[in-house]
Amino acid sequence: MAVVTDAFSARAEKATGARRIGAFLSRGQASGPGRGPSRGLPITPWLFLVVPLGLLVLFTYVPVANMVWYSFTSWDGLDPVKEPVGLDNYVRIFTDPEMFKVFFVSLYYLAGAAVQMVLALYFATILSFNTRFRNFLKGMIFFPYLINGVAIGLVFLFLLRPGGTLDALLAVVGVAEPPQWIGDPSLVNVSLAATSVWRFMGLNFVLFLGAIQSIPNELYEAADIDGATSWQKFWFIIAPGIRQIIGLTTILAISGSLSVFEIPWIMTSGANGSTTFVIQTVQQAFQFGKFGLASAMAVVLLVVVLVITWIQRRIFPDEKVDLT
Amino acid sequence: MTHRNHLRGGALLAAAALTLSACSAQAGGGQAADGAIAGEITVITQRTDIVDTVFQDYKADFEAEYPDVTVNFEAITDYEGEIAVRMNTDDYGDVLLIPNSVKPDQFATFFEPLGSVEEMSQEYRLVEEKAYDGQVYGLSITVNTQGLVYNKKVWAEAGITDLPTTPEEFLDDLRAIRDTTDAIPYYTNYADGWPLSQWDGNRGVMGDPAYQNTHVAYSDTPWAEDEWHGISDGLLYDIVAEGLSEEDPTTTNWEESKTLLGTGQVATMLLGSWAITQMQQAAEDAGGSADDIGYMPFPYQVDGTFHAQIAGDYKNAINVHSEHKAAARAWIDWFAKESGYAYDEGGISPLVDGPEPETLGDFEEAGVEYVEMEPAPAGSESYEADIVAASEIDLYGNIYRQEMVDIARGAADGDKESFFADLDQRWADARASVGE
Repeated sequence: MAVVTDAFSARAEKATGARRIGAFLSRGQASGPGRGPSRGLPITPWLFLVVPLGLLVLFTYVPVANMVWYSFTSWDGLDPVKEPVGLDNYVRIFTDPEMFKVFFVSLYYLAGAAVQMVLALYFATILSFNTRFRNFLKGMIFFPYLINGVAIGLVFLFLLRPGGTLDALLAVVGVAEPPQWIGDPSLVNVSLAATSVWRFMGLNFVLFLGAIQSIPNELYEAADIDGATSWQKFWFIIAPGIRQIIGLTTILAISGSLSVFEIPWIMTSGANGSTTFVIQTVQQAFQFGKFGLASAMAVVLLVVVLVITWIQRRIFPDEKVDLT
Repeated sequence: MTHRNHLRGGALLAAAALTLSACSAQAGGGQAADGAIAGEITVITQRTDIVDTVFQDYKADFEAEYPDVTVNFEAITDYEGEIAVRMNTDDYGDVLLIPNSVKPDQFATFFEPLGSVEEMSQEYRLVEEKAYDGQVYGLSITVNTQGLVYNKKVWAEAGITDLPTTPEEFLDDLRAIRDTTDAIPYYTNYADGWPLSQWDGNRGVMGDPAYQNTHVAYSDTPWAEDEWHGISDGLLYDIVAEGLSEEDPTTTNWEESKTLLGTGQVATMLLGSWAITQMQQAAEDAGGSADDIGYMPFPYQVDGTFHAQIAGDYKNAINVHSEHKAAARAWIDWFAKESGYAYDEGGISPLVDGPEPETLGDFEEAGVEYVEMEPAPAGSESYEADIVAASEIDLYGNIYRQEMVDIARGAADGDKESFFADLDQRWADARASVGE
């Protein structure tokens, strides 16, 4: 997922700070001379890049290449001999319904992500105007994202267990027999997705807020003069102004819901029908010693995420947003 | 709790790989010639809880006896997950515990042989558990038996005086506890997962030391009513289906369960004998007495006698790449004979003539006969593990038992017959694909 995260932060930067970077670059060009000899291949920049590129290759591309190789073997994770089995692992993934069934669980997280984005956009819009306790509320909303995922899992486990904090609160308002939030198979994924929303909304919120605040103030002033309502300001200034970020977070939400792992792993270990694709991958590798199959599953997930990213780039190309 | 997580999957593979590649080999102090007991050895343990206390005493005692040796410990929290990754290099300590994921035919690749089964079994119990081709590769750190820990006060309060001898009687007793006391009759510890795996480890109940060489992997129907998995998993199914277990199994908590049993809020749990001391401790911490905790054999008798399997815990082995094999060997012999680890843990000694622990007094009273399982015949040591992998029914784990509990409590589709039939079917298919 590191790849996706990197790409994501780079693009977020691009979208919010495009104007600033543009200004910086043109300034650089303006102060042109003094760039060194123009003859021959410029070696200096490559020397600077040796270390980061080396680390990138060593810790990203070599392991990925290894994983792809394992995915064509029946390796058990220990054996010095890795027996090649051709496409067997991939055939298994695409023909065994048990393997693909778990993607249905992702739909819960996808729905959760939609709710999360709407909430985040709502709060970001409200808090980009002058609201009372603005900074305090910003902090409140962003705070969950800073907490360790394991801690969140444990806290919510205590919140959601029978007779836990949530049930106690509900009893106060008169709900005598609350459902089993995690024990009930029709609710477990909703509970877990809600936990996930609570955790990640802060991140979406900050992205939206940053984008909204990069919209020049004059536009709002002009809108005020024209007598625009808040709703019109949102719909005709803010929404088109942050289109890029909305597109980006949508894609992140989709690839994120396909690769959910941390919260269900800590809270239920995938029991009670909450197994996600990544949990299944981990179980194949470590419980059944099928590293080959697990690697193939990881490759499939990687390809799916790459395809989604590619689609996103087709739909939201890197064009400059022009509000005027 | 951490040290009992035998079968938990290591989630942080990548992180572990990075961390481990950063630790380079700990070069030994004095380069000992072959045979001399000297040098610096690294002992890897799963006991993160006592590595800085009890193990430091072991180190002092051992180094007093062998002054040329320096012992260093490395304790790993997620032992199973991390050590397997690390064993892809040459650097995995001098003494380590054989992880469960290593198949017998891989022993020689990773571990130093300790001697022949014939010779080692004169002195040590259960050496054949980690043996291959007549060679022993590991010595048990302690030996456990299997049964049910229960709160004596609660069982007495429900008016039960005799030990149940059949699964039906056991269910009757649990019903009595449900009806006459406030306690939860049985606690599954479903959420932590590994306690469910304990239901597999007592095949000796069938009274036949050769049971797993004629049944289990050699049967197309291990979940039939008269076979061990049908009996044990069937009992677990019935307990849950009748509502004799905790209300919401998905939010159980192992550490808490000890206190629940100690204080009598939970009456019974199926666990290895290693758990007895922990439960006694929990009972005392909660203001009760260690005498409240009892240990009963699995409710099944053959010819009027209870049987219980004894099996080795993790086994100490020597890294085949170690530079101080003699010192490493001295350590594992000393650990089995002199350290007193097994006795202090309430386990049976790994030595043939070792001391009996006081914790198993209940078993002595009940006349339980211990059963040491016979090893698999030469050449098919990996057979059962291969079928487990092929069928993806984790006999030694919790995944399919969690599914079973879900079905039993009505949270998933199916019933006992259909689920067991499906297990039998998958097992038989896997047997066919592995071939005998």
